Amino acid sequence: MTITDSVRDTLEMPAERVLSHLHPEGSFDLADHVVPTGREEVWRFTPLRRLRGIQDDAPLDGHSFDIEVHAPAGVTAGPVGLDHESRGTSGLVPPDRVSARAWAAADSVFLVDVPTEHVGDEATTVTLTGTGNEVASAGHLVVRAGAFSKSTVVLRFQGLATLVENVEIVVGDGAELTVVTVQDWADAAVHHSTQHAKVGRDATLRHVAVSIGGDVVRHDATAEYAGPGGSVEMLGMYFADEGQHIEHRLFVDHNQPKTSSNVNYKGALQGEGAHTVWIGNVLIRKIAEGIETYEENRNLVLTDGCQADSVPNLEIETGEILGAGHASATGRFDDNQLFYLRSRGIEESEARRLVVHGFFIDLIRRIGVPELEEQLVLTVEKELEKNVSKVQFG
Amino acid sequence: MATLEIKDLHVSVETEDGPKEILKGVDLTIKGGQTHAIMGPNGSGKSTLAYSIAGHPKYTVTQGSVTLDGVDVLAMSVDERARAGLFLAMQYPVEVPGVSVSNFLRTAKTAISGEAPKLRHWVKDVNAAMDRVSMDKAFATRNVNEGFSGGEKKRHEIVQLELLDPKVAVLDETDSGLDIDALKIVSEGVNRFKENGDKGVLLITHYTRILRYITPDFVHVFVDGRMVEEGGPELADQLEAEGYDKYVKAAI
Repeated sequence: MTITDSVRDTLEMPAERVLSHLHPEGSFDLADHVVPTGREEVWRFTPLRRLRGIQDDAPLDGHSFDIEVHAPAGVTAGPVGLDHESRGTSGLVPPDRVSARAWAAADSVFLVDVPTEHVGDEATTVTLTGTGNEVASAGHLVVRAGAFSKSTVVLRFQGLATLVENVEIVVGDGAELTVVTVQDWADAAVHHSTQHAKVGRDATLRHVAVSIGGDVVRHDATAEYAGPGGSVEMLGMYFADEGQHIEHRLFVDHNQPKTSSNVNYKGALQGEGAHTVWIGNVLIRKIAEGIETYEENRNLVLTDGCQADSVPNLEIETGEILGAGHASATGRFDDNQLFYLRSRGIEESEARRLVVHGFFIDLIRRIGVPELEEQLVLTVEKELEKNVSKVQFG
Repeated sequence: MATLEIKDLHVSVETEDGPKEILKGVDLTIKGGQTHAIMGPNGSGKSTLAYSIAGHPKYTVTQGSVTLDGVDVLAMSVDERARAGLFLAMQYPVEVPGVSVSNFLRTAKTAISGEAPKLRHWVKDVNAAMDRVSMDKAFATRNVNEGFSGGEKKRHEIVQLELLDPKVAVLDETDSGLDIDALKIVSEGVNRFKENGDKGVLLITHYTRILRYITPDFVHVFVDGRMVEEGGPELADQLEAEGYDKYVKAAI
């Protein structure tokens, strides 16, 4: 590293805005977002007809959900006005029409506020239970972790709803924040979430997405850095059943030097029409020297009739980096693994259960929220039971 | 007393050019208390015989029969064969990510004996079995065969052999890739298994080295998908001196 570099790091000069072909600039102005046709790059995998009109002009003024909050002492979690100073501080600019509509339609902000230097093991849990999907609801959520704080926030979605939301995550300098979203919706739910994180100097964000239920779940999670030394880990697991569409679009914008990112998503698919999409975009801007990034997606296809799309993209504007890599693999059960287990007397259904369990378990352990680990293991088991009773294996 | 009886077994595999016959009529009877060694050159079909007995889906039996104590083995699924008392120690044990050795062993033992083993005894049994093959207890918490060396994988196979206690064990080139110390450890494990009642052992090997530690009652020479010679332990010595050349030439 040259002296000039360290001077630039210290001064934290703003990153020049380079146009990224992976992620076009967003806009708050609805007029800038035409109604998607499905031919656009960012919409080509999404079943627009099943979005219940949220991408067009369907009203977003339903309030069909209840919210239950559990916050440990010191952390505040509740609604604040639209004019609250936290709104917009993540730098979120609506990247698509649904997000722009949600921004305009939200009539309050739900703020989870972790004060500076707050350190707590106990997670803040916000449970949103949908109470109907006739009229779509819009939400705006801000998770703000003060400097040097250490905390976990779990957002749980359940019940029946059509929900469009913007989620802003602001991680203060030196803070460590884990944000987990669990999409455990009822079958007919539609959930469109646009999430943007700004990660402070030397801060760490662990972002975890777990998608199990719902008819269409489309999450767009992006992260950028407010200073050098920031670290982002994005973990995800999804389990798509018959007819389900689960789409995770991720984008890490390395706009600061010496930042790191690690993306690891794993999914399983079972049943006719189960469709998963994983887009893993990483941009390394010219200023982002000395960064390290790795992204990985693995899919396990359990039955016929499923489709897993997996697209990793790396856009590199500087070669002065520590490392950048990605991997993507989609496969069926490994016959040799099944044979090995079965040759020890283990029945086929049990052997499959062991293999799927094994596929997810290292990821589940990395989430680092103990009370969630057990739950997720049970979730995998439950999903597999459906599979065994529904599908006859050859 | 367990008897594994193989009669006129023909097995083929699917290739790009259509089915190819690998086993061309194998006859073999293994009675309880007997150890049979099958020796042959590479590509003779030895492993195919092992996998066919275990029921690997890649191999299609086109003719003949395999029975265990008179019961049709070929009609059984892979796991049913194991529960009936067959065990295959594999040449290349498979890695199963995310499944711990201890979970795997307990699940297998439960499947074989039809009930979960009593926890207190079971942990002791597992530790003892691992100790006997000089495997550190820490292996129990590792994922099945993941990151194991070749020798560790083979010793893990022997641990399973001892714990699952089948009627008939098929050992497919268990000796390959082992140094002399590991070979002794593995052989001792097989000998312990043999002493533990009327067990049948089918030892498939390319080399005579392992037969210095495990004494076979019968030695069979296997070339081009069938047995071409049968004898006692002395046949192994002859093979050691002369190799397979004369059998291979005769087969062509």
